Amino acid sequence: MSASLRVSNLHYSYPDGRSALHGVTLRVDDGERVAILGPNGAGKTTLMLHLNGILTPASGSVEVGGLPVTPANLREIRRRVGLVFQDPDDQLFMARVADDVAFGPANLGFSGEDLAVRTLNALEQVGMSAERDSAPHHLSFGQRRRVALATVLAMDPRLLVLDEPTSNLDPAARRELAELLVASQLSTLIVTHDLLYALELCPRSVVMCEGRVLADGPTAELLADDELMRASRLGLPVGVDPRLICPPLPTEDRP
Amino acid sequence: MAPHHRVAAVLAFVVAVVLTPREALWAFGVHAGVLVAVGVAAGVEPTRVLRRTVVEAPIVVFALLLPVLGPDPTTRVAGMNLSVEGLWGAWAILAKATLSVVAVSLLVATTSIPEVLRGLARLRVPALLVAIATLMVRYLQVIADELGRQRVARLARGDDPRWWFQARAMATGVGSTFVRSYERGERVHQAMLSRSFTGTLPVTAEDRVGRWSLALAALAPALAASAMLCAAMG
Repeated sequence: MSASLRVSNLHYSYPDGRSALHGVTLRVDDGERVAILGPNGAGKTTLMLHLNGILTPASGSVEVGGLPVTPANLREIRRRVGLVFQDPDDQLFMARVADDVAFGPANLGFSGEDLAVRTLNALEQVGMSAERDSAPHHLSFGQRRRVALATVLAMDPRLLVLDEPTSNLDPAARRELAELLVASQLSTLIVTHDLLYALELCPRSVVMCEGRVLADGPTAELLADDELMRASRLGLPVGVDPRLICPPLPTEDRP
Repeated sequence: MAPHHRVAAVLAFVVAVVLTPREALWAFGVHAGVLVAVGVAAGVEPTRVLRRTVVEAPIVVFALLLPVLGPDPTTRVAGMNLSVEGLWGAWAILAKATLSVVAVSLLVATTSIPEVLRGLARLRVPALLVAIATLMVRYLQVIADELGRQRVARLARGDDPRWWFQARAMATGVGSTFVRSYERGERVHQAMLSRSFTGTLPVTAEDRVGRWSLALAALAPALAASAMLCAAMG
């Protein structure tokens, strides 16, 4: 199976000198759903911002579908990697839902009928086509999250990266989002500290702490490792045994 | 009617109103008649338009002071000596401001904000200004919500601001909202970059322009401009 994402020995420090990533190495195969787990400040979001070139590493490299993330390739990289930010209000900045969904493909050069079809398809994929003329402000939080997902689906990405996708979502919205992610059949990275969601959706997880990868393996096994959970300041709710929970939703084979 | 034609029509109408000589009362009657006709044709509720004229309030206060503070000669109105020049000045300000505000209210009542923004872009208003207006429209609501939540959180902890010396908590909240908005601006920019933003907002929707759109839009400002020209020359 070919690699959808390959991160090699990535190092990054913020301009104020704070070191955020210390040699992160990671591979995600085509069609795979992987969770990046870790406490606040582990470097998860910083890693995410490297995946489509928002941040530039001090050293190391990122490749998406074999294409290195370099300034010359940014346009194609940003088409391939769809970032869904934690707060949909950061992502939805236009006055109308359809304009926001059209923003990405329009930047890629689509216009007219092609742009309208892409926009409508993406909104239909997330079940929000009826709200295409609404203002984002008038949508519920769960609906805004789905529209935020549509804004990147409209760019036809190869890799979806979601930052804390379940924060502030009610159980029904969590379930709907999970169904959408499974149905999309895309390679997906879910950056979260919602361990049960990771267990439900991702057969594999990567645990990060203080800018390093502490562990990489099957989600249920990692979550059952008490020592690892303590070391990475994570933990399941009291009484939950991940080995007794049904296995993660299958990653669909790509057609 | 295409949004850019509507925006241009309102702009032309306002210019005609502003240029109308203040003494030509009949011309202001024509302007008002044009607005009433547009309002009726568009099916806009009069109360909706009148509510929006509240934004005029500071101008009304200023205009009402003019007859009192204006120069001589004066005339006696309702037992008070009022400046003739001040009365004409107040009339001109009130009439022109009210007609302009009503015209803009009719535009907003019949055209969605995204359409107005697209209209401005189509009229070649600088892209940067349209981008700023787009972001402002969206984030004013987000920030207003944030301030509302802060207020509830303050009240829930026993805050009961009634006097100026109790304003500190509110001022601190506004300050922290400013900082948070700045940080949000950075995150929004990152989210835009991640979708291939290169510095210019792209055209994300196109409006169909009907065959008679321009002619219909030109009708109201043409009438107003004719009245203005007749008044100015006559």
